[in-house]
Amino acid sequence: MGKSFRGGIHPDDRKRYTAAKPIQVAPIPEKVIIPVRQHIGAPCSPIVKVGDLVKKGQVIAEAQAFVSSPIHASTSGKVAAIADYPHPVFGTCMAVVIESDGQDEWVEGLPLNRDWKTLEAQELKEIIRQAGMVGMGGATFPTHVKMAPPAEKPIHTFILNGAECEPFLTADHRVMLEQSERIVTGMQIGMKVLGVSKGYIGIEENKPDAIAAMNKACSGIAGLEVVPLQTKYPQGAEKTLISVITGTDVPTGGLPMDVGVVVQNVGTVVAIADAVEKGIPLIQRVTTVTGGAVAEPKNVLLRIGTTFAEAVALCGGFTDKPVKIIMGGPMMGMAQRTLDVPIIKGTSGILVLSEADTNIGPERPCIRCGRCVDACPMGLVPSMLSVMGERGLYSVAKEQYDLLDCVECGSCVYVCPAKRNIVHYVKLSKAQNAAAAAKK
Amino acid sequence: MSTEAKIEIDRLMVSTSPHIRCDESISKIMWSVNAALAPAALFSVYNFGMPALFNLVLCIVVAVATEYLILKWQDKPMVINDGSAFLTGLLLAMNIPANLPWYMPLAGSIFAIAVAKHTMGGLGFNIFNPALIGRAFILASWPIAMTTWPISKDMVGKVDGLTSATPLGILKQQGYQKLVEHFGDHATMYKSLFLGARPGSMGETSAILLLLGGIYLIYKGYIKWQVPVIMIATVGVLTAAFGGDPLVHMMSGGLILGAFYMATDMVTIPITTKGQIIFAVGAGALTVLIRLQGGYPEGVCYAILLMNCVTPLIDRLVRPVKYGARR
Repeated sequence: MGKSFRGGIHPDDRKRYTAAKPIQVAPIPEKVIIPVRQHIGAPCSPIVKVGDLVKKGQVIAEAQAFVSSPIHASTSGKVAAIADYPHPVFGTCMAVVIESDGQDEWVEGLPLNRDWKTLEAQELKEIIRQAGMVGMGGATFPTHVKMAPPAEKPIHTFILNGAECEPFLTADHRVMLEQSERIVTGMQIGMKVLGVSKGYIGIEENKPDAIAAMNKACSGIAGLEVVPLQTKYPQGAEKTLISVITGTDVPTGGLPMDVGVVVQNVGTVVAIADAVEKGIPLIQRVTTVTGGAVAEPKNVLLRIGTTFAEAVALCGGFTDKPVKIIMGGPMMGMAQRTLDVPIIKGTSGILVLSEADTNIGPERPCIRCGRCVDACPMGLVPSMLSVMGERGLYSVAKEQYDLLDCVECGSCVYVCPAKRNIVHYVKLSKAQNAAAAAKK
Repeated sequence: MSTEAKIEIDRLMVSTSPHIRCDESISKIMWSVNAALAPAALFSVYNFGMPALFNLVLCIVVAVATEYLILKWQDKPMVINDGSAFLTGLLLAMNIPANLPWYMPLAGSIFAIAVAKHTMGGLGFNIFNPALIGRAFILASWPIAMTTWPISKDMVGKVDGLTSATPLGILKQQGYQKLVEHFGDHATMYKSLFLGARPGSMGETSAILLLLGGIYLIYKGYIKWQVPVIMIATVGVLTAAFGGDPLVHMMSGGLILGAFYMATDMVTIPITTKGQIIFAVGAGALTVLIRLQGGYPEGVCYAILLMNCVTPLIDRLVRPVKYGARR
């Protein structure tokens, strides 16, 4: 039995649609819509003009702020527009639209051939920053910031998050199978940057082939260890993952670095390896296009800026009426209002759910059954958070019911027989508290 | 790029995560509890005949009808088919003598739904178990009728008259020796208590059928085993400590019915398992206190209602261990 944590849930993982399907490389789209903001932190400003010719891998937007990440062209062609476009996270956002010339031509000097072992930690960090690296699991926190902890927070452990606990998603699973050696290289680079010697790869037991592949890739490399984890959501949530693997809890309000840990996503370390060894910036990613309403679910390697509509078309369109279209997994992903949004760096999945998949009933009063309490991996009382949020008692939620400890994993909502939208109330309460604090 | 693929969308639903839910619901839980009670309820009809059936139906119909009228009047969503009012009616019927005149269960059922449940805000907001409040209301209003027990089917012809004291009543008034004599010998006494051939509230008599339903609910995950087991064990240990017969006390009165079906009423008990254990110990201890020292022969109803009072306090003081505070 793999390692585990308190609480959690066991939804049907429904990875069977795509787990056995090799990553398919998507054709070059006719145009890409590349938002200037695909990360947590300061938005970038475009540095190209309408009409400019750009090459694949060329920087098209950047920012001066430390917590930010540059944006690159994902194919070659002409800048057709720079305007506001639908965005999967921010609603709308300025985007650079590139009409492909079909050549898919690299910017000069790329790809190159570099040995990471000859580079210093500082040089590696700068390459990672310039390559526009962000957390590709969905959080999109700039990687170079994560890799530059303050001196008073020494890092001793690197954790690779291969749990992929979200139902439906199999992108990380496929990458672990097909690119296990690239993962190990990326991980070694990350460990060199941070100066740590211990690296763990946490993988849920529902992916025995990935555990085997990663074990094989790690053999003979000192300091790397694959840790099988019990299949249970949210095994891959940063805080639960850290305590399961290291035995240490991240303190309330703290970050992984407070316990000497840095966690990275599978896709991110492969992108790091590509950036360091080949000079290739983050311009494409593996995304799982799946759900009960998709004709032919697949794992697809897509250019950043490809629209959801194109990705869905690649998978044969819909077989059933889509009720919800989600970026990411069904537990923490974001519902979309249109298929015109582009794939961004954090798009781990495009999930198309039919009516039968969602099972959303009318919300009823809490009957205090306690299922949410048993499911909460953070040890909170979610039912009270929902009641406080519902009644507008936002500060009570924060002060008496540990609102800020909630990681919004959604386990409580999943198990709730009253179909209460607890996470909705939590997000609302957090926003209201933040607004109240800003006013002061 | 392929263009034949069908990718039209129409009115997508946009809401906060998560986007999938388990298939449990309030109705599923409530109807499962009703189903778990069904064998013991049917046994009461076998045991006490038509009056039992009449009062069962009356309590349920009145409870559901009262709920209907209140929801209608308050313009709330019509949820009478969720099984919760049905359950209150069923539990109330199981907690009263079978031959109670019709207006008493009628009044009790209305009181349970209208006052105990809906004055507090309806499902989820009531502090006290509605069925037990209904029972307490009838007991306070018609104490004689509520303590006059028809004898069970197996006893007809074996004892004089058609009514008898309950085993706990005999124990209180006449002592342990008389209780054993009432049944004949020890073995018959335990067997009767276990199978249900005894006077009492109509749904409380058969320990075995109530246990089977309870085990089903534990298996389904709708109640936690800790609550009934600890409440019944507390009664057993304390009666033994004070010189009583623990087996008689554990199988008599409304203990098994109360421990499995009312001390587990999720709305009115603490939300954490730890809190529920405190609740169960408290309810068991109060039951013994009332039975051995109080004026009533039976104390389960008031013991649970008293513990319902302190549920908010328990919830305030007993919290789950927060992540980050464990190590």
